[in-house]
Amino acid sequence: MGDAEIIPIGTRGRPGRGTGTRPSAAARGLAPGARTPKPPEPESPQPEQAEAKGTDAAPQAPFAEPPATESVIPLASDTVIPLDGSLTTPVGTSQLTVTDREAPGGIPVSDWLAALQTAAREVFGDQWESQLAHFLAFLRRRLTGDYVVDEFGFDPEITERFFMAALRPIAQKWFRIEVRGAENIPAKGGALIVSNHSGTIPVDALMTMVSVRDHSDRYLRALGADLVFKMPFVSTMARKGGATLACSEDAERMLAGGELVGVWPEGFKGIGKPYSQRYKLQRFGRGGFVSAALRTQVPIIPLSVVGAEEIYPLVGNVPALARLLGVPYIPITPFFPLLGPLGLVPLPSKWLLEFGEPIRTDEYDEHAAEDPMLVFNVTDQVRETIQQTLYSLLMERQSVFK
Amino acid sequence: MGMSGRTVLVTGVSRDLGRTCARSLANDPTVERVIGVDVMPPRGDIGDVQFIRADIRNPVIAKVIAREDVDTVVHMSVIATPGSAGARGTMKELNVIGTMQLLAACQKAESIRQLVVKSTTTVYGASSGDPAMFTEDMEPRRPARSGYAKDVAEVEAYVRGFARRRPDVTVTTLRCANVIGPRVVSPVTGYFRLPVIPTVLGFDPRLQFLHEHDLNRVLRHAVTADVHGTFNVAGNGTLMLSQALRRLQRPGVPVPGLAFGGLGSALRSARLGDLSPELVAFLTYGRGVDTTRMHEELGFEPRYSTAEAFGEFAATLPPTGGRTERLLAAVAERLPEVDEDRPPALTLAGGIDG
Repeated sequence: MGDAEIIPIGTRGRPGRGTGTRPSAAARGLAPGARTPKPPEPESPQPEQAEAKGTDAAPQAPFAEPPATESVIPLASDTVIPLDGSLTTPVGTSQLTVTDREAPGGIPVSDWLAALQTAAREVFGDQWESQLAHFLAFLRRRLTGDYVVDEFGFDPEITERFFMAALRPIAQKWFRIEVRGAENIPAKGGALIVSNHSGTIPVDALMTMVSVRDHSDRYLRALGADLVFKMPFVSTMARKGGATLACSEDAERMLAGGELVGVWPEGFKGIGKPYSQRYKLQRFGRGGFVSAALRTQVPIIPLSVVGAEEIYPLVGNVPALARLLGVPYIPITPFFPLLGPLGLVPLPSKWLLEFGEPIRTDEYDEHAAEDPMLVFNVTDQVRETIQQTLYSLLMERQSVFK
Repeated sequence: MGMSGRTVLVTGVSRDLGRTCARSLANDPTVERVIGVDVMPPRGDIGDVQFIRADIRNPVIAKVIAREDVDTVVHMSVIATPGSAGARGTMKELNVIGTMQLLAACQKAESIRQLVVKSTTTVYGASSGDPAMFTEDMEPRRPARSGYAKDVAEVEAYVRGFARRRPDVTVTTLRCANVIGPRVVSPVTGYFRLPVIPTVLGFDPRLQFLHEHDLNRVLRHAVTADVHGTFNVAGNGTLMLSQALRRLQRPGVPVPGLAFGGLGSALRSARLGDLSPELVAFLTYGRGVDTTRMHEELGFEPRYSTAEAFGEFAATLPPTGGRTERLLAAVAERLPEVDEDRPPALTLAGGIDG
């Protein structure tokens, strides 16, 4: 495509588009030979003007596309007018040469094009053509279902393009997450990250997923509660984001498959605890996560999260309504439901994530998982490590929001 | 087993899958004779298969087995939908009583060496509490209380009982994923043949399919390989329902979960589709089965992956949607080529070519 001819543009807004057998008068005026090349930069004020009203320029792109596709058919049959240079300009040529024709009033075609190009460049950067092509290729892959999900329903493309992209600014700008000990996350092979759970809504799990992705280039495969997979939309997003049900079968399957698995063994006891109990670890389930790690002989990495407790300080609960709705609790925070939807905005606490040293399980023999005492001991060891790290992080923290 | 002329009895040959399976068995050199049994004569060509009109629900079947000196029984007449059989009561009787009679006859027959039962992964049920992949040792999280799933669970229980009482007989139970193919008529293919496909709002189940050719191949493989046990059989890989609909290029209409069941009965009365409760659960929560044992113990390799099996099925259906895709394709034609095999998601923003 490098040496493709630079081609003038269509006749948006002009009457007469040809009959299908014979090109229109306007189109004949565009035919090669009739054009006079224009210097690469159009008049300088135009792009600036378009940039100034950048919000106006961006939505114009869809309006200009339909003529481009309509013109496909006449082009293929009589090949007289190579229309629509905006879409066939070679890669890397950011400037476009257009024909200068006297416009019969209104906005000249070249202005439209300049605005369009600027808009495309605004959205996709200097390499807008290849970027747009990539984006279209992505869209088409999604629309034709031409992508692969794994057996758990994990869709890496959507996870990277949407979930991570949406959560990353929240992690970086809102909670200003600081990650420590990221070198403790193994670069490959199965590993189990065990974390404390807090914050009324499992935002900490989402933030951990983003942080792990950004600091280790691996996806954290979360183990979610039964309730997650009962709920519409949430279950779909959880599966697409790489989560699966927290049961021993799935945990062992993922760990044996060499995935980095995240588990929050406190469960609802952890995220639903009142604000007065913040940073006091609850019981760590029945130690099922330790059995899974022992059976698959993968290291356990304790993770301590500070800051998530303060995002929605839970001060009350409506047990009757919760029972009615079949959820573990209905949270009441100082702002919810008092301020309505505004109360759903999490408080911008400063977060610290510390990944501890891996606890090895490959030293135990294969029957270790059948020994309840050993499982309890390892569970306690993990729990103590996280609790102690939480205390030391809290000592270090100057204030909740700084 | 090493027998040269084997005599195979296939039940349920009036339906398409039973008929094609019987035919493919008849082509096998190690099999001398194939006898097809059903209450109704098969509608298509049965080739070298000898058809005997008999009802497996009554003791006549024992006489057939004894007279023809049958050594292998392939049981394929567990049906998923009342369909031509009539009402649900008839279906249950055919499935459960039929299997009981057949197994009783097999137990009496000295000549029987092998029993192959075509079961289904529906036996695992589908619920929110399911593990991602069921292995053969797992039980459904909630035992089925009605319908096809309960029938299959009972059939399998009787087959296990038979295997206990006749340890000399090799019993192979094949739990097959949803069979799909251009000619297959089943609740699932009927669902995908709807011009506008209802889906459960907010849920995107994982699906696995088995191509009809692979079903025939696995039954034939089971007859010749002579491996005892229960095996999940499914094409490799998983497809999400949303992905399947996009590959079909048919529009999906999300319907709230509570209304979906009602829609099912409306479709049934309009004779447009058959959304049984098992299918509704399957289309809500999906199901995955682990096929490690199929690969390693049974030694069977499906020729079609889940996606390929579905692709072949989809190719026979005219798309009723997909306009956006065609529009995008037209636009993309005018843009420079990009690396298709490298998802831009895995490259950094800023482009990789230029």
